[in-house]
Amino acid sequence: MAEKILLKGNEAIAIAAIRCGCDGYFSYPITPQSEIMETLMDERPWETTGMVVLQAESEVASINMLYGGASCGKKVMTSSSSPGISLMCEGLSYLAGAELPCLVVNVVRGGPGLGSIQASQADYFQAVKGGGHGDYRLIVLAPSSVQEMYDCVDLSFELAFKYRNPAMILADGVIGQMMEKVELREEKRRLTDAEIATLYGSWATTGKPANRKGNVITSLAMDSEVHEKFNLKLLEKYRQINEHEVRFEKVACDDAEHLIVAYGSCARICEKAVELAREEGIKVGLLRPITLYPYPSKAIDEMTAQLKDILAVEMSAGQMVEDVRLAVNGKIPVAHFGRIGGIIPTPEEVVAALKNRIQ
Amino acid sequence: MKEEIIIAGFGGQGVLSMGKILAYSGIMQDMEVTWMPSYGPEMRGGTANVTVVLSDKRISSPIVHQVDTAIILNQQSLDKFQDAVKPGGLLLYDPNGITHPPTRADVTVYKVEATGEAARLGNAKAYNMIVLGAFLKIKPIVKMENVVKGLKKSIPERHHHLIPMNEQAILRGMEAVIPIKSYEL
Repeated sequence: MAEKILLKGNEAIAIAAIRCGCDGYFSYPITPQSEIMETLMDERPWETTGMVVLQAESEVASINMLYGGASCGKKVMTSSSSPGISLMCEGLSYLAGAELPCLVVNVVRGGPGLGSIQASQADYFQAVKGGGHGDYRLIVLAPSSVQEMYDCVDLSFELAFKYRNPAMILADGVIGQMMEKVELREEKRRLTDAEIATLYGSWATTGKPANRKGNVITSLAMDSEVHEKFNLKLLEKYRQINEHEVRFEKVACDDAEHLIVAYGSCARICEKAVELAREEGIKVGLLRPITLYPYPSKAIDEMTAQLKDILAVEMSAGQMVEDVRLAVNGKIPVAHFGRIGGIIPTPEEVVAALKNRIQ
Repeated sequence: MKEEIIIAGFGGQGVLSMGKILAYSGIMQDMEVTWMPSYGPEMRGGTANVTVVLSDKRISSPIVHQVDTAIILNQQSLDKFQDAVKPGGLLLYDPNGITHPPTRADVTVYKVEATGEAARLGNAKAYNMIVLGAFLKIKPIVKMENVVKGLKKSIPERHHHLIPMNEQAILRGMEAVIPIKSYEL
């Protein structure tokens, strides 16, 4: 059996990055995710795997270092928290526009502005609807345990390279700071340029051989006809992602008449709320999106026949609830419950909100 | 078996590391564990607390507001968390600096003079292990052999020579714990 160790969510991200063959990490510290860079600096992977770990001068610099590293076909990543991610949004749009694979980790804190350092989920819109400009999407994963934090790193890189698209792990202060048991997966070594080209195509700027044209990495297309074609290509890619990469988990859904939809640490609290409500005889289940983009709209829609209503629970003023409403398209009522500004809802509060809804 | 525990005291008393050792001991016993600290500005010079959950089954919420056990190491934490103990639950506290002792009538209360015992051992750093020992005497949810394994995992290797001292402190805590009030539901 693989070794099981106790790790913080943030530490798990760092250890997973080294063990899945990440080539470079470029970042600027911010609470509540600074342990990611601290752990990487402690582990000194540049002495073992050759992975680069660099504290950039700013978030803007780190996201542009990603653009450089990803252009060369390297597995590169950064991490930050809400205000830092806002600074990176221009870069994210450029990375999406240039179809560059990379991983951005957002350990979300309370906003808007400098906000608070406590956990929040108020960056949902920014992560799944844009943040930067243009018709682009990120692949967004929302882990709800430390083991998932670990596993999402390798998965993000795989999806990012498969679709040549930036991926984001949308975590929050709770998952970043808490410790749980983690099973370390088998170590993968860093890939060579040739291996990357064999696995994912030879689009990267790794030096032009005689037998092909030079690769160009750009998000600029001055000709509107060309640019529309490129945008349509992106849309087809997003359609493929929606068709093949939706991930979610259902808890106690078989006989459920009411459904809670929640992700990340909020889903853990809601799982407890489901336990408490079931003790009182309320037939409630939990659907936990693991991918926020692509969103499990179909899975939610398929449940509407058995459900009376849905409660979306999130640490925001009501963001993901809009995607739940789009998924059910008016078939059944959808309500929202949340605490904001860095307050974490209690399972008891969720049960009360659920009962309030039922009555 | 599921045990939800909050450990609360001053920053520097070893609250977080005690929780970590308890969680690691649980892993050594093949249990599911979560360790959720308070973090942020309130930790600097103020109170520190950590919620630890140990369970045979998958743990839903790492954040709990009603606990089976509260381990309380200063007055502020007693004021803040004594109401968080479930009826019939356990409240373990160090009386040092406590001017207003626990008032709950519906919980079991124990005390351990851990500050005094640490002084008698001549090692202030043994404080949290004395408290851990007191807790494990009342609720032996993890075996001593697994606590020792947990200690080895939690403590950096360069400090492994301190493990016997920590074991000794745990045993001292087990001897020093005193029941104040027993309550059965």
